[in-house]
Formats: sequence, C-alpha cells, structure tokens
Amino acid sequence: MLDTLRTLFLTALHAFHRRATVQYPEQKPYLPPRYRGRIILSRDPDGAERCVACNLCAVACPVDCISLQKTEADGRWYPEYFRINFSRCIFCGFCEEACPTYAIQLTPDFEMGEYARPNLVYEKDDLLISGTGKYPDYSFYHVAGIPVPGKDRGASERERPPVDLHSLLP
Amino acid sequence: MTSIRIDGRDCPTRAGINLLQACLEAGANLPYFCWHPELGSVGACRQCAIKQFSGPDDTKGRIVMACMTPVSENTIISIDDPEARDFRASIIEWMMVNHPHDCPVCEEGGECHLQDMTVMTGHNTRRYRFTKRTHRNQDLGPFVKHEMNRCIACYRCVRFYRDYAGGDDLAVFASHDNVYFGRAEDGTLENAFSGNLVEICPTGVFTDKPFSTTYSRKWDMRGAPSVCVHCAVGCNTLVNAREETLRRVLNRYNTDVNRYLLCDRGRFGHGFVNAPTRIRTPLRGIGGQQVPISMADALTTFARMAAQGRIVGIASPRAALETCFSLHALVGPQHFCTGQTRQEQECTELAHALLARHPGALPTLHEMESADAVVVLGEDVCATAPRLGLSLRQSVRQASLHTADEAKVPRWMDAAVRTLGAECPSALHVLTPAPTGLDDVAAQALRAAPDDIARLGFAIAHAIDPAAPPVTDLSQDDTQLAARIAHALMAARRPLVVSGMQYGSRPLMQAAASIAAALAHTTPETGLSLVLPECNSMGLAMLGGLPLETVMEQARAGEISTLIITENDLTRHLSPADVAELVAAVPDIVVIDHTETPLCQQASLVLPASAFSECSGTLVSQEGRAQRFFQAVFPSAPIQTGWRWVQALARSLDPSTLHITGLTGWRDLDDVLAALGVAFPPLAPAAQAAPRANYRMDGQKLRSQTYRASGRTVIRSFINVHDQPPPGSPDMPFSSSMEGAYGPDMPAALVSGYQASPWNSVQALNRFQHEIGGPMRGGDCGIRLLPGTGHPDAKPAYATDIPRPYALQADTVLVLPDTRLFGSEELSMFSPPVKARATAPAMGLPASMVTSSHMVLHLDDGPHVLPVEPVPGLPAGIALCPAHMVARAFRFPCMARLERIADEGERS
Repeated sequence: MLDTLRTLFLTALHAFHRRATVQYPEQKPYLPPRYRGRIILSRDPDGAERCVACNLCAVACPVDCISLQKTEADGRWYPEYFRINFSRCIFCGFCEEACPTYAIQLTPDFEMGEYARPNLVYEKDDLLISGTGKYPDYSFYHVAGIPVPGKDRGASERERPPVDLHSLLP
Repeated sequence: MTSIRIDGRDCPTRAGINLLQACLEAGANLPYFCWHPELGSVGACRQCAIKQFSGPDDTKGRIVMACMTPVSENTIISIDDPEARDFRASIIEWMMVNHPHDCPVCEEGGECHLQDMTVMTGHNTRRYRFTKRTHRNQDLGPFVKHEMNRCIACYRCVRFYRDYAGGDDLAVFASHDNVYFGRAEDGTLENAFSGNLVEICPTGVFTDKPFSTTYSRKWDMRGAPSVCVHCAVGCNTLVNAREETLRRVLNRYNTDVNRYLLCDRGRFGHGFVNAPTRIRTPLRGIGGQQVPISMADALTTFARMAAQGRIVGIASPRAALETCFSLHALVGPQHFCTGQTRQEQECTELAHALLARHPGALPTLHEMESADAVVVLGEDVCATAPRLGLSLRQSVRQASLHTADEAKVPRWMDAAVRTLGAECPSALHVLTPAPTGLDDVAAQALRAAPDDIARLGFAIAHAIDPAAPPVTDLSQDDTQLAARIAHALMAARRPLVVSGMQYGSRPLMQAAASIAAALAHTTPETGLSLVLPECNSMGLAMLGGLPLETVMEQARAGEISTLIITENDLTRHLSPADVAELVAAVPDIVVIDHTETPLCQQASLVLPASAFSECSGTLVSQEGRAQRFFQAVFPSAPIQTGWRWVQALARSLDPSTLHITGLTGWRDLDDVLAALGVAFPPLAPAAQAAPRANYRMDGQKLRSQTYRASGRTVIRSFINVHDQPPPGSPDMPFSSSMEGAYGPDMPAALVSGYQASPWNSVQALNRFQHEIGGPMRGGDCGIRLLPGTGHPDAKPAYATDIPRPYALQADTVLVLPDTRLFGSEELSMFSPPVKARATAPAMGLPASMVTSSHMVLHLDDGPHVLPVEPVPGLPAGIALCPAHMVARAFRFPCMARLERIADEGERS
C-alpha cells in the first residue's frame, strides 16, 4: 500500500521537472554548421559545378552508395550523372573528406524521410545547389593546370606563361 | 647461382641483370621512372638511387643508380639507407616542382606510376612555393591525348617511339627545364604503336583519348583476360568494363607473344562492341522489314524453317572455336562451310600443313626478336600482323647485341648498345610487291610481283640446298640476289622466314617453307612463320569444311533450304552478284552475329550473339596457339554466345536429325571443349588453354573486380533500389564481383588486371612475373597445338610447282590488295577512333603509270573511280587497291582493266 502511494508520488513529481522533450517539428534543435546531414554538390564562386567527377567520393564511401560517370566539356570534367542512394548512406562524411574540390559537402539537414525507398535515390539535379556551401572562395580550376574557358594555359595561380619552344635562351 | 645482399637480406638473383631488376625481382619496393623492361636503362631520371658497399667492412658506401649497375656476386646494397632515401625523396621533390595540381582531372589518376613512386618515397608536402612551368599541348590524333604540363622528362616516350617502334614524328624539343615531348606540329601520331605511349608514360602526359570519353577509374572497372580479335597474331589483352559497357583494352603480358606492347588496331579497335551497329534483339525479316521478336518466337520460327529441308552452316574465321564447332555439330561435316572462299581456305589449310610439317622451329613472337637473319617473302607484316612486324624490327638489333656481348656491355645498357648498333648491318630482307613499314631497317627491300618473289624464294631454297628444285630462266641479277640472301641465311644461327597469305598466293608460302626447310637441314633453329588474316583462321583450318563456292553450287541446285551464318559477313568474301544469287536461291537465311552486316537485311532471322568481351571462348592464333578469352561484360538477356544460340536452335529441332546428339546436352564451355577434343583430336589440347571453370584458388573463384570497386549499392538503383545478386557465368572461374581470390601467383591465363600494393599502375606487372621480362609466376598462358620445335629428321618435301614469271599485259594490270592497318580489317572499322584514323581509299600505281589524278578501275563488281597516288618502287604493270575498302570482296590479286580519266584542267 505504502509502496503504491510512493510510486504514485514519484510519478506525479515528474510533472514539476524540467521538460526534456523537444517539440519537433514546431521547435527545431540547433545543429552546428559541420553537422553531417543531407549531402549536396556545391558550385564554385563563378557559379560552375565544382564536381570534377574524379570518383574519389565513390571510392571512399564505405557502403558504396555513390556512383557517377565522368564527361567533359571545354576541358572541364563534369559528372554526366551523379547518384547517391540515401537509403544506404550512413552519413559518415568520408566523401566530403575525400573530395579534392570541396564539391561534395554534408549539410545540417536531416529531414529526408520518405515513404518509398526509390525516392531516396538522389540524382545530380537533387544534389546540386546554387551556392558555394561551406567554402566560399575555393575554385579548383584556378589552381589546376588545365585550361578552361576564361582561363588560358599558364594562367592558374602560381603558373608561368607557356614555354616558347623556339627559344633556346636559358 | 648469384646472390646479393639487400639491406642485410641475402637474395638469390641472376647474373647479367642490373641491380634495379634484381631488387624488384627480390620483392623490394624501389622507385624508378626511366627504366622499362623492354627499353632497358639509360639512367636519366636518377630515381633508383641506392647505396652500394664495397664489402662487409664498408660502412660508408656510395650512392649508385641501381638501373645502371650490373649485378655481381656478393654485391651488398642498401635501399633503406637514410642517405639513399633522402636522395630519392629530393629527386621526386624536384620532379613534383612543376607537376600540376591535376590528379582529380587526370585519366592516369589511380593507376599512375608517378603517384605510386611519390607515395613510396614519402614525399607528401610540397615545399616549393614559386611558379610552375607550363606547356601548350598538341592534338595528337584520335588515339592519344597530350598534357605536357604533367611531364617529368623521363624520356621513355621518345625512346619507345623512335628507338623501339621506329617512329619519327615524336621527338624532344627545347632545352633544360623546358624540354617538350611532342611532334614538330599538331597532327596524328603516325606510328602503328602510338597507343603504347599510354602505358609507357609513367604519368598522365599521354592518355587514352577514346577511353577518356567513357572514363572510369582503374579500381572501378571489372577486368577480364582476353585475346585480341583484330588479326591472327593473338596478342593477349585485358578488357576493362563498367556498367556492362566495355571501356578500354590494355596490354596483357604474355612472355611468348605480345609481351609489353600492343598495336593501335588492337588497343582501339574494340569500339564495335558498343557501336550502334550491334544487334541486341532477335529480328525477323517480314516483307523486307526487320521486326524485333522474342527469343521463343525466334526459335519456333527456326523450327518451322528447319522442317522445310536441308540446313547448311557457314562458320567464320572471326568466330570463336566453340561457335564454329557447335555449328559443325548441328549441321554435320557434309554441310559445314568454313565461310571462306576456296582460295582463302586453300591458303589457310596450306599454311597449317606447311607449319605442321616444318622440320625447324615455329618461333613465338619473342623468339623472332632474336632471329639474326630474316627474310620476309611477299607479306606486308606491318599491316597484316603489326605486332609481328614490331618483333621483326627488333630482330634487326641482333648484330648490335652480339657486338655488345663481345664488348662486354650489358644488353640492358640501352644508350651504349644503340650507339654500338649504329655501325652494325641489318640482316632483314624484305621482298614484297609494295613498300612496307620495315623497309627503313631492311638490308634489302626488293619490289617485285608476287610470282616473281615466289620464284626468287625457290631460287634461294635451291641455293641453300641443291636438292631443292631449281628455277629456270632466272635473271642474272636475281640469281646473284638469291645467292646473297641464301648466304646471309646460312651464316645465321637463328634464321627466320616469314610469309603469309596477303596475296592469296600458294607459291609464296611454299617458297617460304622451302627456304625454311632447306635451312633446317643444317640449322635446326630455323624458324618459319606464316601470317593468316583472321583471329581464328588457324582454328578453322584445323576444323576444316567446305569452301563458300561449294555452298553456292548447292544453293544453285536448290539443295539448301536454311542457311545458318555465324559471325560472318559474306559480302566481304563473295561478289555482290554471288551474294544476290545466294539470297535468291536459299529460302531462309539465319544470321547469328553481334554486328549488323549487309546480309542481315535479307535474312529471315537475325540472332544477337555476344562479342568477345561478353562471352568466353577459344581462339587459335597463326602460330597454332590456343588461347582463352573471358567475359567482362554481362549483356542483357537475348544476347548470348554463338554456341549457345546454335544449341538453342538444335533444341528446337527434332532430336533424331542431329548429327552430334551431345550438342543439346552441353552445359558450359568445358563440355563444348571436351566434345571438340573427341571430334577433333588435334584440337583436344585447346581445353587446356586456361584452367577450367571449376578452378578455385584458396577454395574461391577469382575476383574480376578490384577489392575497392565503388557504387555497388547504387549503380543500378535508378532501375530498382533493391540489390540484385551479381551476374555470373558457368563458363569461367571468375566471380563478377569483388568477392574472390586474387594474387600474383594466380594462373597467367586468369590474370584480370595488375595491382599489387603499393604498385597500382601497370608497372605492378613486375610483381606477377617470375623474372622481369620472363615467364609469369602463374605459369604459361595458352597452349600450342603445333609443336614449337619441329622434327629435324623429317626429309624436306620441296614444292615443285614453281610459277611462271609475271608477264606484263598490254590492256590489264595486276591489282594487288593494299592491306591497311586501319581500314581493311572488318570489326575495327566499327570503332570510331579507328575509322577516324583510316585514310580514304586511293589506288597506288608505279610513278610511270600515273598520268591523271583519278582513274577508273574495272573490278569484278563494276567500275570504281579512285584517286591515284604514285608508289615509289612499285613494279610496272601492278596497281595497289585497298583491300575491302573499294570493292567489299576485293582481297586477293586479280587482273583488271584501268581506264584513264582526263583531269579537270585537260578537259577545259
């Protein structure tokens, strides 16, 4: 009898404790900028796609849920398709770590619930955003040696103009 | 047994090699760039520095370049010595000073020797903060992509291209830090072996251009050992595939055949597999239209056709042995045609007979490189068997190698040996009607009509062995020439005679065999090699069958009700009139092929067969080597290998009509080969060309993907998000996935790619070899069906039918086929880069006969207007016409009328 009353009392006491429940989705939790949520593909400061289809994210992925195919236009490499199967993704962030161009980034968004698994397969259109993401200044093609429209050969950072092969001067 | 001590470890090694080779053979990781097993050492890159000690008491040692230092007994060296390590690290740091920040957009990334070596030396942070040197690139044609910024100036490219392959349009320009490897001006690399630059270059300066358009990283592609289908040499290749499309073809080392190098037709000719001309579904001809039908409908249709009467099968020299044999089993020997004209078949069968009874040796390509006197009799090997031509080019070096041996200069000391060789005479005699790619290194390049060359050949045989029949009415000059060549051949230790059936001439091959037989009397090492046209010509010659002419007769007599044609384009063998007659005379034609041929339009039934990358099978090369190719691509349902189609056709028939009842019971490739061995005992060893499908290593199948293939759970998720089991094939011991065994000791015929951490580039091959440049650790690859060494006791049987000399005729010329490397071969012309490389057909005439820019050539199928080019040295009365490019069926010499067209200027 006494035990029952004690239990009731203790339970009732909880009504006066500080609430731990967060009223999601009305109330959103704070997520730091480097939280590992939904994966996006960013653009460089000039607005062109950052991804150069080097395949390093795909090979770094421990669950093999990234696949892409390289294509080329005007010397720039692009992914012809870029596909992530989020029903397999474990949000480990290895892809972001592997990316040499800061193209693939994880964002503080995790609200990706779907009723049907096929909807979790994201194509390039679903992944590509119009901004630079976490790295506003970096552009791979400004440092890479290959020429792209608007940047001639030898015009990258820390490059000399092309060699004149007809000169024998030292 | 020589022994050296590497870092305190005693390692057995071989005398006569350099320390770099010895270190690599001992399993040590020593970085290098400019050394290449096939090119030797020049000591240009300074990367393979090691410490050498003069004796056990020497603690100081001195730095030497491993590639330039010969192995001697009890050499003591250290790779791990701190000073040597620092030296190597600083060398690579200097190389990386100008190397661009390109790896993510470089086709070499992931299989880059420079990446491997940089990691191996531990150079991982760039200290250099200043500007980098840049270069402008060149357009080097449809095969090779150029990116000069990445160059580390190891000089491998020019050493291969100029010194090894004999090209002269790639060179090094400018000076000091600015050196530039390229052409004098933009343009296509003309050498037939330019594609090897992709593998020779240790970094991404030269990359595979067609592969770049469907690029995938090395670790992502499935690999399968394969055999080139573009000529009869039988070079070993690796095919790489991803997403069930063929991506590229690489060289696969076979110590006896192609070794480190492949010709451009083999490397870039695979495009037909992915071309729009592929047949991907069964088609039924209804009222002149080809309508896609289901497989079941196709088989019922065939059963209905077969009930009408006799079935005749036409096989093909480009189809695998299994496909040809299954057709043979279905229709029986009386109704089995080889798909060759009588002339072609007689030539291949003669080649087989001559090789089989040759008393000397049948040399492999590698053995040909050490021939010290060579006669090429009426065959442009550089066009018909390019890789063989490259071996003959190396044979010219024999004299310089012997000189080097006498001077005690090791053979791998490349620059020194080549300098010595500049003085040495060549012992290559090229006797052909038209100029060949070997003329520049030949001691003697003689131009004459095929019959005259055959006569000269018989005269040489007579000069060697007086028992051979003499040639009457030979001119004084020719007699002297024959005596001179005979003398050169008799003085040689390993003479070699090469001929072939480019000109469809039996006397030419008989003359070659007579020379070889006469020589073998005194020199048992005498080699004979006969070039055949297609990848399985020899296999088909060993199967035998009716020529196309007999099928034509049967068709005319109305005896054929159904004709099954497997992987054969009859329009390349028969004239258009004959093809039309055949189509009219036979009620139903069934075509089993992977690529659309003109006959498909008239066929009642077209069945989609798999190409070489999509099935496993066996091909017999011209030297009688049976080699297995394996599946890399798993095509969707109706496409299946030729023999499975024939089997499916057989199953739809009444069982009592079958000639070999076992046909319907075959379950896998091994069953087919077992049945083949019973029916054709000489072909029985073909089953041992590679391990059987039930071969297991460590209890597992072998994996065909790398351990780090990516995208497994996503690659087909746009079709279905649920994972599917990986595809499989009962015909091979490979799993299609990354699961399975893999290692340097696996059988050589089953090596699906080269990777042995930390060696990720093609140079990882060193780890798979027993000795560098020697046999593979996994044993031999393929099996020879003809004995490599002959029967020296056999009495030489000399051919006696010596042809009459070629006589000029007033109104006609002798039209010879100008077989082209790019253009004359059937399948490679469906490959866009090869098609781009093929030049427009033109007629070659002796300079004296060129009177206008265009002329009309009246061949069997009608007149052809062709531009005319003067060909220096071409004998009078001979015209050269590209084989298969002007008239599809033109491939053997014929007499034809030439008509002159007045030039524009003359008319006005």
